[in-house]
Amino acid sequence: MLRLIARRLVLGLLVAFTVMTLAFLLTRLSGDLAVSIAGPSATQADVEIVRKAYGLDRPLYVQFFAWTGRAIVGDFGQSYFFKDSVANLIQKRLPITLTLGLVGLSLALIISLPLGILAAVRENTWVDRSVTMFTMVGQAIPSFWLALILMIVLGLQLGILPISGTGTWQHFVMPGIVLAFTAIPALTRLTRSGMIEAMASDYIRTARAKGLSRARIIFKHALRNAAIPVVSIAAVQLGFMLGGSIVIETVFALHGVGYLGWESIAKNDFPVVQAVVLVLAVFYIGLTLLADILNALLDPRLRTG
Amino acid sequence: MSEPIAILPPQTLRVGTAGFAIGIAIVAVIAAAAVVGNSLVPYDPFTQDLGNRLKPPFWMEGSEAGHLLGTDQLGRDYLARLVYGARISLLIGIMTVITSGLIGITLGILGGFFGGRVDDFVLFAITTRLSIPVVLVALAVVGLMGSGLGLVVATLGLLLWDRFAVVARATTMQVRNHDYVSAAWCAGASMPHLLIKEILPNIASHLAVVATLEMALAILLEAALSFLGLGVPPPLPSWGLMIAEGKDYMFFSPWVIMIPGVALFVLVLGINLVGDGLRNLLGSERLR
Repeated sequence: MLRLIARRLVLGLLVAFTVMTLAFLLTRLSGDLAVSIAGPSATQADVEIVRKAYGLDRPLYVQFFAWTGRAIVGDFGQSYFFKDSVANLIQKRLPITLTLGLVGLSLALIISLPLGILAAVRENTWVDRSVTMFTMVGQAIPSFWLALILMIVLGLQLGILPISGTGTWQHFVMPGIVLAFTAIPALTRLTRSGMIEAMASDYIRTARAKGLSRARIIFKHALRNAAIPVVSIAAVQLGFMLGGSIVIETVFALHGVGYLGWESIAKNDFPVVQAVVLVLAVFYIGLTLLADILNALLDPRLRTG
Repeated sequence: MSEPIAILPPQTLRVGTAGFAIGIAIVAVIAAAAVVGNSLVPYDPFTQDLGNRLKPPFWMEGSEAGHLLGTDQLGRDYLARLVYGARISLLIGIMTVITSGLIGITLGILGGFFGGRVDDFVLFAITTRLSIPVVLVALAVVGLMGSGLGLVVATLGLLLWDRFAVVARATTMQVRNHDYVSAAWCAGASMPHLLIKEILPNIASHLAVVATLEMALAILLEAALSFLGLGVPPPLPSWGLMIAEGKDYMFFSPWVIMIPGVALFVLVLGINLVGDGLRNLLGSERLR
């Protein structure tokens, strides 16, 4: 068990370092950063001043090691636009993105677990087919479009929820619903196939032969085994949701990390862009690690890894 | 590899094929519209007519004869723009799948066939790729390098190869020990011949399912990027961009976001139905 965790941890660190390198290279793609920071009306002299001030006149590898060296201890430098340290900015915005992610994941689980179980125990009936159809439809709805429709219906016509902003818990309802929708199809399908597989196994036949009630078989025996892949996928899905929340945060002007990333891309604020990419990647890596550990805890067969 | 079709329960097969047929029909209609549509619509998608702004579509009051789906905020014919947008969506979907397919399938086959160190590298590449937030990185690339159709395709292609790699790797592992592979090897086939002529055709059907999924995903992502203003540049009528441009008017004229949104939804649903149909024909539930 410890060996498994240690191995995953090393792998995670390697991945994080690779992402760090890629995030650094990414912001250097535009060619001359000094020119883009100085803006279109800057003279050659202005550009040179900017280049000096931000240390962009140093060789690329020096800039890289200077950045990684400080990023490892949580110092991502200064934002050009917000005139604040990047670490501070992210710290301020992170709770909002995490809240949104958890609201989205909880809603997604509340909907997809029962649907998946229902579809599995009624396999190949109209119930099953409706659930499958529902997931197909859910998969095809563009999230930003769903967001706009909710704004029109819930925000304008019914007037029960605020359309944009961050102030209160009501501001998280619509974004949460939209974010949940991005995860529901995958979670439902996985619950369904996990349950179907579990229901067809030998231990379920044994439980049936013992004369246990149908409810007991479904909830005590089958669900526990079907839950294993769902738990790990839910953790991984949360990682994807945090990364994918950028579109939703931007539509609803919810001031989380994704919105911060979007703002800083528009403002050419590359220290923030680098840091946001890295932070979201580290969350994903951490959550997959957690998923592996949870899996090993739930399923003793995986502990030897 | 895949089980014969007859093993599937008849019911699943019937519903599967119905969805499959609907999916193919949807994709075919949209593809046809994309190819010939603009020569059938009497208006140009780029010509502005400021005296005729935000005319509603034909089923609503106050619609303008001739403009079947109305006009946008600059008086451009909405049907002409919608049809042109289909071209953009399909083009992006297809080009992205080709790019990402080349990368992912190459990595997956190499990893699955050679195993060992090569496979370790491929798995590491997949893990790294999965940890990168796609939308943010795509936005950053386009934001820093300037928007454009080619750049969007290149960016999405470089980001969406993970599922190709995962499936190509897993299926290659299954078929590499089959007799026909050893036979070809003993007959003196070269390594490229073995991988391309023996392995690839036998995993191709699984890859086709992945291709539909990735195409749908690429189309949705392009729409999201364009919606945020960092995808296809205006005045090109990408569906995402049309929704973004209509956003300011949506509370009074909701149809400006409904029409491109429904088009996007129907196209993606059609592609997903095709993918699901293919998966059912293959009988592989496990392919997600």
